[in-house]
Amino acid sequence: MQNDETGVPEELVRLEDLSIKGRSRRTFMAQATAGGLSVFALSLLTEQEAAAQEAMPNAAVRADDADIMADEFLEVRLNINGQEETLRLDPRVTLLDALREHLQTTGTKKGCDHGQCGACTVMIDGRRVLSCLTLAATCEGREVTTIEGLGTEGRLHPMQQAFIKHDAFQCGYCTPGQICSAVALLKEAEEGQASYVTENLDSAWGDLSDEEIRERMSGNICRCGAYPNIVKAVAEVQSGRETAQTWNFHVKVDEVQA
Amino acid sequence: MRAFKYTRADSVNEATETAGQKSNSKYLAGGTNLLDLMKGDIERPDVLIDVNRLGMDEIREVDQEIILGAGVDNTTTANHPLVKENFPLLSQAILSGASQQIRNMASNGGNLNQRTRCAYFYDTAMPCNKRQPGTGCGARGGLNRMHAIFGWSEKCVAVHPSDMCVALAALDASVQVVDPQGEIRIIPFTQYHRLPGDQPEKDNTLQPGELVKAIAVPKNRMADHSYYLKVRDRASYAFALVSVAAGLELDGKTIKKARLALGGVAHKPWRAAQAEEYLVGKQATDEVFGLAAEAALSSARPLEHNEFKVNLGTRAIVRSLQKARSGGVV
Repeated sequence: MQNDETGVPEELVRLEDLSIKGRSRRTFMAQATAGGLSVFALSLLTEQEAAAQEAMPNAAVRADDADIMADEFLEVRLNINGQEETLRLDPRVTLLDALREHLQTTGTKKGCDHGQCGACTVMIDGRRVLSCLTLAATCEGREVTTIEGLGTEGRLHPMQQAFIKHDAFQCGYCTPGQICSAVALLKEAEEGQASYVTENLDSAWGDLSDEEIRERMSGNICRCGAYPNIVKAVAEVQSGRETAQTWNFHVKVDEVQA
Repeated sequence: MRAFKYTRADSVNEATETAGQKSNSKYLAGGTNLLDLMKGDIERPDVLIDVNRLGMDEIREVDQEIILGAGVDNTTTANHPLVKENFPLLSQAILSGASQQIRNMASNGGNLNQRTRCAYFYDTAMPCNKRQPGTGCGARGGLNRMHAIFGWSEKCVAVHPSDMCVALAALDASVQVVDPQGEIRIIPFTQYHRLPGDQPEKDNTLQPGELVKAIAVPKNRMADHSYYLKVRDRASYAFALVSVAAGLELDGKTIKKARLALGGVAHKPWRAAQAEEYLVGKQATDEVFGLAAEAALSSARPLEHNEFKVNLGTRAIVRSLQKARSGGVV
């Protein structure tokens, strides 16, 4: 089953598994990762040591850490996209790691893990926050919404549709955070929240200018530089006015016929 | 991240009592700075006391003051009608800082207690008297473009990163803190943060176990003539090279009262008292603003890489006073 050359189970290396179909891609990743980890003899680690490794990469577990951890795991009740989840967590686990590593909702991305890039943006009680700087334990009783909670493959959120229409991403890694951020932005604008570029603090109602959208989205960094198209996508949904996308596929007729 | 015990307090008493018992504890509010510092092994608390559910979450008017609960987040504070109406300067300052996500999380109390973003403080492989007293200051002879031009010592040249605090310093705010015995203390804002001196590890004058409960801002007559100008390397989501909180009380063209505070230039929000005094009784002209700005920067002591901040600071003061004079539009 194992292909010694690559360390990846060979029956899984099929093109269709690498397509954008969410479930099959995640299954592939999960299995591939499990295969990889066995090399490092994960089974020799206790559950707690494994959790500590996860929370403290590249550092050995200190003896006194283990003492504290032994009886300090927390039972945390989370509401993720309307679903109640109860997890037993090391207090160090961030909401981001709880989502990705414990609940396998990997739509939320880990970029910098230091609150500088916005890739991990989710909504708590409808407001956008950084899940990498939020301890999961502090989220008890709060409603967490992630990219998985915004739309489904058949029924995308208008912001997701607009991102596709306006080609508002290249590699896509920052996109879940961008979209969560943009969806929260809609509500903020509706409430009349001001930004630093709002001329009059009391006049922050109505359609947002491109300058306003750029300022309000500045907490989400896009390495690919898809900013102009992100602004277009957000502007379309926020204003409710459809605008034509500026890109197009160029397909040669003879290629289609062939 | 090192292991810690997480405990959620349900009342101010419970929080401060726990802090009184556990010497190496930290209060956790928004966590936007503390968690980051813990990930970097710079902050190493044994106990985190979650203070998000203590009920310190109101903004209200009492007599001639607006009281900002320490637990209110920065976004709510900036957009609160009482704040927008009375202190648009404070709203602007808050909105100029961080990103919407971070402002949604960050508490008012935590904003005061955030730590410097000096790269040497963050890099545990480098010397830093603030992080580890006695190891030296990496920035003093290192890369110090972002650092202080006022009030620094040989031990530390770091700057305080907050924008909100610059406005609060200009607005003559005060900080209400409570200790583990329940004693309440009022600290004038300009005395809350400190200069580094021989103890750069101390950012402020809080005593062990003390918790910020609220910030009081007295009403003033500067709301129509104030401006927060932030100059930075990129247009948004960056710390200030220099920022200026300017407020004027005008009688026609005559300045009755002036408030000026600078950010990005010192270990604490830097009130330009000399310039304020100079402005009182003068006409609000560009020439007067220029002279005030020169007075404000006259005591500057730039480091190797930040001499530009002297010129930048002078021009930023003039610009912010012009903006304040015209009600935010120039």
